[in-house]
Amino acid sequence: MCNQAVCLVAAELERQGIATVTVQLLRVVAERVGPPRALCVPFPHGYPLGAPDDPVRQHHVIEAALRLLEDGALVPPVLVDFREPMNG
Amino acid sequence: MGSLDEFSLPVRLFLRAYRWRRIDPVPWTPLAKPLAECRLALVSSAGLVVPGQAPFEDTIRGGDVSFRDIPADAEAGTLIDTHRSASYDHAGVRRDPNLAFPIARVRELVQRGRIGAVNHRHLSFMGSITAPGRLIRDTAPEAARRLVADEVDVALLVPV
Repeated sequence: MCNQAVCLVAAELERQGIATVTVQLLRVVAERVGPPRALCVPFPHGYPLGAPDDPVRQHHVIEAALRLLEDGALVPPVLVDFREPMNG
Repeated sequence: MGSLDEFSLPVRLFLRAYRWRRIDPVPWTPLAKPLAECRLALVSSAGLVVPGQAPFEDTIRGGDVSFRDIPADAEAGTLIDTHRSASYDHAGVRRDPNLAFPIARVRELVQRGRIGAVNHRHLSFMGSITAPGRLIRDTAPEAARRLVADEVDVALLVPV
């Protein structure tokens, strides 16, 4: 439900001219709801950016999300799986 | 990947039968300028509030579709978890609210020059909205109008 809620807010932001990227914890929900740009993360509910007190890992997820905003070749709806950086 | 198997049997049965709201057509705003020149706002559905704000309600049928302004300079450790869902582990967010509301992380991105600025406020919702009609019709458009008035360029949305 949390996943759907942020997707629906993202859609409204895009309608009003704000570019969005939405973290998603359930790929099946992201596929069905279809937000403009979704980054699917391999973490359990409650842990959308990976781990508490781990700024480096949280930044990895945020950076992956920001890159979706920057990729001008993507066509909506965008659904990309997050992968941990190879060298930390 | 999060999985439906994380949830209790009644929740799984509910979710399997649930009619998810398809966004169609998909609205699309391309990035208009480099991120280093963009103003960013966070939107989280982790039910976090700052001290003095009303907690989210779990007694509203269909879900609490209200939202709160979170000042961008709030310290992460002061954010209070008022999400009522028992369907996920709250321990991580209570230990470090940045996990679902990366308020300190985005300030660091400004310091690094990765983004231009953080908006003076972020927005906090609570998920568990099973009947999102009022969210779609009322509160999401109001949230968007506020961020447009703030001249926000990009938003990062994080569920929990």
